Amino acid sequence: MTELRSLLGDTVTRLFTDLATKELIEAAEKGTWPDKLWRALEEGGLTLPLVPEDAGGAGGTWLDAHVVVRASGRHQAPVPLAETIVAGWLLSRAGLAVPFGPMTLAPVHADERLTLARSAGAVTVSGRATRVPWGRHAEHVVAVSELDGRLTVALIARGAATIEEERNLALEPRDTLVFRDARVVAFGAADVPADAIYLYGAMARAAQMAGALDSCLTQAVRYATERKQFGKPIGNFQAIQQSLAVLAGHVAASGIAAESAFRAAERNDARFEIAVAKVRVGEAAGVGAGIAHQTHGAIGFTYEHSLHFATRRLWSWRAEFGSENAWARQLGRAVAARGADALWSDLTAR
Amino acid sequence: MPATFRFALNDLPPEAEGLRAEVREFLKKEFSGAAPVKRAKSWGGFDREFSRRVGARGWIGMTWPKTYGGHERSFLERYVVMEEMLAAGAPVSAHWVADRQSGPLLLRFGTEEQRQRILPGIVRGELAFAIGMSEPDSGSDLASIRTRATKTEGGYLVNGTKVWTSNAHLSDYAISLFRTQVVPDKKHEGLTQFLVDLRNTKGITIRPIIDLAGKHHFNEVNFTDAFVPDEARVGNDGDGWKQVTTELGFERSGPERYLSSIALIRELVREVSAKPDDRGTEAVGRMVASLATLRQMSTSVAGMLQAGEPVNLEAAAVKDVGTTFEQSIPELAHALLDVEPTLDSGSDLQQVLGYITQTAPSFSLRGGTREILRGIIARGLGLR
Ligand SMILES: Cc1cc2nc3c(=O)[nH]c(=O)nc-3n(C[C@H](O)[C@H](O)[C@H](O)COP(=O)(O)OP(=O)(O)OC[C@H]3O[C@@H](n4cnc5c(N)ncnc54)[C@H](O)[C@@H]3O)c2cc1C
Repeated sequence: MTELRSLLGDTVTRLFTDLATKELIEAAEKGTWPDKLWRALEEGGLTLPLVPEDAGGAGGTWLDAHVVVRASGRHQAPVPLAETIVAGWLLSRAGLAVPFGPMTLAPVHADERLTLARSAGAVTVSGRATRVPWGRHAEHVVAVSELDGRLTVALIARGAATIEEERNLALEPRDTLVFRDARVVAFGAADVPADAIYLYGAMARAAQMAGALDSCLTQAVRYATERKQFGKPIGNFQAIQQSLAVLAGHVAASGIAAESAFRAAERNDARFEIAVAKVRVGEAAGVGAGIAHQTHGAIGFTYEHSLHFATRRLWSWRAEFGSENAWARQLGRAVAARGADALWSDLTAR
Repeated sequence: MPATFRFALNDLPPEAEGLRAEVREFLKKEFSGAAPVKRAKSWGGFDREFSRRVGARGWIGMTWPKTYGGHERSFLERYVVMEEMLAAGAPVSAHWVADRQSGPLLLRFGTEEQRQRILPGIVRGELAFAIGMSEPDSGSDLASIRTRATKTEGGYLVNGTKVWTSNAHLSDYAISLFRTQVVPDKKHEGLTQFLVDLRNTKGITIRPIIDLAGKHHFNEVNFTDAFVPDEARVGNDGDGWKQVTTELGFERSGPERYLSSIALIRELVREVSAKPDDRGTEAVGRMVASLATLRQMSTSVAGMLQAGEPVNLEAAAVKDVGTTFEQSIPELAHALLDVEPTLDSGSDLQQVLGYITQTAPSFSLRGGTREILRGIIARGLGLR
């Protein structure tokens, strides 16, 4: 592990442990923007791990970013940290300056487009993007679209959009943004995949889910040693031990699947690993949330308990930036196109 | 999650990748025409000639010291050889157990004389090993074994019965766990391991046990006043439990714990490739997502072996997640295709499905049952 990575890991864990409290998450679910948390993240240099140092970032790698994104899921931090990290990377790839403040990505659906056009010496954006994470709180939106026949990253002020507020199961903002010939703040051509937002968004969600699954396991194991029934901790019952072992297996699989996608992103060729991660971690999310709840009994079904902060996120995140089915089809089509006899050699070449 | 349970990403080094190409070339020459159903047997196949050729290539005992004929290569290179053999469905049984656990056990706990006598033969692919652990009344509760080794002049007299002993009828030796002392209420004490010569020991009778598919692969091995000399004892008298736990760690740590259904996976991909509709590609995508993830987990364990770290916990996790995956593949075939599993008629897919269907129940039994592995994981979580 590099020095930067362990520094980021320590800083982010300390910061979330201190600030991403139950009270803060509850307030965020009622609509309060956690300004103090966000500012602490910015001051701690955690929001732009992939932006070069001379442009105000940490100058790190995707594996460095992974530590931060995973932790944001583990602590269910109610801020668009993952989105800002991907947005910062896209802007840097296009040679654009990266602004302060929370950013988001749009569109998040494979079948939606924002259109860039030249008009009167400026570049404008038009279109409708649904379920944009944290749309109302982000100061800027980053989009990838074609301009003059080239893939272009555009930085757009949130104020340029009309916003319809919506939310996901975890009460995180998922807003519809509508742009009508709105001027973009900055733009630049970039050598990124056309579906970069969808792709790297899925990767970020996989790591966040792996983090949230860690949290499910930690909470369930702790509860199993504390809660007593029939005169002993429920963790003494073999049925509970066995299902927590299953959960641990899913947590282990999720962690390594997500991390290996980030490692592949460093090579700039991560489509296979990202699909693998989104599918495998998404499956783990379903099973894992179920086991964590079963272990907690009725108390885990209350709003008062903290388990649902992780599980409601898992239930939403698994469907964001492409469902497991959509990613499985993409992966399956690629595998089928290569044919049965290429499967093993393709796998070992990754 | 406790820090004891950690899967670190591990990159296979370039020299391992160079080796991969050599192994593939070798396997292509050996098997390019082999029928898929034959390849499905994988580490169930026993072929001494094949093992000798593998030995001649330097691919057995790869990590062992040169003094014993080994090749002093890394665990990661060994890992590449293992996974390529399994993926190709090579009949590796005649050297697999010795390479995986018996040799490493002797290296760790055996005497110098035992190492010099045995290891070079394993490395050449000439000595096949069986595992003498289970007994009629002792499966998961291995420490309860009753086969007695009673001290006598120059050695031990052994009485009792081992069961499910895979390939005992074809093997030269079995590392066997016997009770040398009965310590009341302390079943883990008084156990000792022995290097038993299956061919030259009087008083050993090996009888076939026919499996559900009608095949003879495992056995009952009976000992009646069988004399085993002192030189055959592995480690100290009474240290057997500690040693056998180490041996089980080796036994569970490899890629065979998630690759048993690879031949069926390949046939399913072939089927879907012919007509890649949404349903088929979705199923293949999910399957490959699990496969690729398990490979990452498994190479991570190889990295831990290379670093000399204990792997028992992580190996248990890979085996549990891996065998669940292997067993899901025949189910997937039924969910996806209208196909009847067959023995020796029909398509390759049907025959491979037939073979895997009948083998699959054993995946989560052999080498420690699912429940026992989950118990090990639960202990790692601090629940036991
Ligand atoms: C194909 C095959 C090859 C084998 N080869 C060998 C070999 O070469 N050498 C060798 O020594 N052995 C071999 N075995 C034996 C194998 O190690 C045992 O089958 C295994 O350890 C389980 O023991 P058992 O079959 O007696 O089942 P049991 O231990 O009787 O278990 C039966 C069921 O009860 C469950 N159970 C048992 N104890 C517990 C518990 N404490 N908590 C919860 N559930 C429990 C088990 O998980 C299982 O589901 C082989 C087995 C197979 C299937």
